[in-house]
Amino acid sequence: MFDYLIRRVLYVIPIGLGVTILVFALVHMSPGDPLSAVVPPDAPEEMVQELRKAYGFDRPLPVQYVTWLGRVLTGDLGVSVARGREVAAELRIAVPNTFLLAVGGTLLGFTLGALFGGIAGYFQGSWIDKLATSLAITGVSVPHYWLGLVLVIIFSVEMNVLPSFGMGPGGSTAWRWDAEHLRHLVLPVVTLAVIPMGLITRTVRATVAEILNQEFVQALHAKGLLHRQVLRHVVRNAAPTTLAVMGLQLGYLLGGSILVETVFQWPGTGSLLNSAIFERDLPLLQGTILVLAMFFVLLNLFVDVMQSSIDPRMSRQ
Amino acid sequence: MTTEPALDAKQRAAVDAAQVAVRSRGYWTTVALRIRDDKVTILCGVVLLLILLSAVFADLIALADPYKASMMQRLKPIGTAGYPLGADEMGRDMLTRLIYGGRLSLFMGISPIVFALAIGGSLGLVAGFLGGRVNMLIMRVMDVFYAFPSVLLAVAISGALGAGIGNAIVSLTLVFIPPITRVTESVTTGVRSLDYVEAARASGAGSLTIIRVHVLSNVLGPVFIYATSLISVSIILASGLSFLGLGTEPPEPEWGLMLNTLRQSIYVNPWVAALPGAMIFLTSLTFNLLSDGLRTAMDVRL
Repeated sequence: MFDYLIRRVLYVIPIGLGVTILVFALVHMSPGDPLSAVVPPDAPEEMVQELRKAYGFDRPLPVQYVTWLGRVLTGDLGVSVARGREVAAELRIAVPNTFLLAVGGTLLGFTLGALFGGIAGYFQGSWIDKLATSLAITGVSVPHYWLGLVLVIIFSVEMNVLPSFGMGPGGSTAWRWDAEHLRHLVLPVVTLAVIPMGLITRTVRATVAEILNQEFVQALHAKGLLHRQVLRHVVRNAAPTTLAVMGLQLGYLLGGSILVETVFQWPGTGSLLNSAIFERDLPLLQGTILVLAMFFVLLNLFVDVMQSSIDPRMSRQ
Repeated sequence: MTTEPALDAKQRAAVDAAQVAVRSRGYWTTVALRIRDDKVTILCGVVLLLILLSAVFADLIALADPYKASMMQRLKPIGTAGYPLGADEMGRDMLTRLIYGGRLSLFMGISPIVFALAIGGSLGLVAGFLGGRVNMLIMRVMDVFYAFPSVLLAVAISGALGAGIGNAIVSLTLVFIPPITRVTESVTTGVRSLDYVEAARASGAGSLTIIRVHVLSNVLGPVFIYATSLISVSIILASGLSFLGLGTEPPEPEWGLMLNTLRQSIYVNPWVAALPGAMIFLTSLTFNLLSDGLRTAMDVRL
């Protein structure tokens, strides 16, 4: 168990290095001059050369990579070309906003999914099961950017009860726990919750059904335990798989909320990525992707460690 | 290596399906019989076929020109005479554009899976069959790609390469290579250690013969089923890239891009604006259900 944990934690290092190489390569294989965002097309050649030198774009790629990695390790993600602000400062505003959406979406999706999946697994083959299964497959099939738009059409355009974009009144970018901000949170969170809801319903249903078929459940019944007490055992056995799926979903929502953030003009990492791409702001693009990917790597680690501590069989594979 | 992350439920099912290597005689007959009894799967197949055919034969079906704009007809509601599903923000016929839109949306959604199946399938086969260092090398590289949530990876690659249909397909192919490689590797590793492969080797069969005759026939089925289950995600992502402005470029009809350009019109004519997304949803839902049905029908354990 301890050996496994050490190995699993150490494995983050090569993966993390791999991620930095991939992010660096991605950004540097993009066509066009990395300076095109700041240099006007009619700038004199000497000025371009000077800037190239100042940004370090004139050195060989491996050297650029090592320099960049060294700065990243000290927390310096560079300066946004288009905005002229530190990338880290931009991320400090955007990341918490994205987290809020992702955590909200995961929690809502998990609650609904565990409920639907549990009921469906317990009453297999009944109409409730069929309803929950259809809901689940709808959840995993729906393009969430479209769902967001449909929710806006229903609740903002037709009924006019919820705001259609932004995080708070007057283009607020700092979250506050007041009624106005909460009202802005409803639609994006519901939109994001649909995919984890579908996946968790499916996972929980399959897990519960599988556990109910095992002999130990019959043994518990035979021992004279009440349904309620048997259920407790089922929940404890279904927990590791379900929590793992939930943890990974949080990661997917963190990285995948770009589409939903675009629909709702939410001031998070998705909007940052969006503007970085269209303004060809390479340092900002590089920094945002790197930070999101690193969160995902750490989350994966956390899920594995949690899972192996709940279920010791995991580490003996 | 114990650090290998666990397979998710869908991948597990694909791997499990391959564990029973012996097929009974009337395998395909059984599959056909099972599908015949599964009304949902048949219905989904029919709907998909209709969407595919209307996209392919759009020139014959569509009554209007998908590019012809008209200022007079902008954002006509559903049911206007001559515009059965209304008109878009440029006054182009929605029904026609939805039919034509299927071409690019389906092409951009399905082709990455085909490419990823060819590349990832080969990589997984090599990794699983050879094992050892080759396996290590291939699978660890895949782990790095796994460190990115799929949407982020797709957007990052497309964003770096720039907008365009070709770039979107490249980025989605790269997104789907790692999961397909991983499933193929798992299935191949499982099949390789079975007794009959050992027996074939003992009777003098070379590696290529073993792969071609014994391994491939058992690996192809489950990997193919797994790949079909990815098509719906791929279609959603492909249209999502166009929705962000990273895929198709105007004025091409494509569902994701149409959804993007109609977004500004939701206060004028909301339900026309929602139509392209409904097509993405319908296509992805039917692909999902069809893939589920196929998996159940082809499951040798049932």
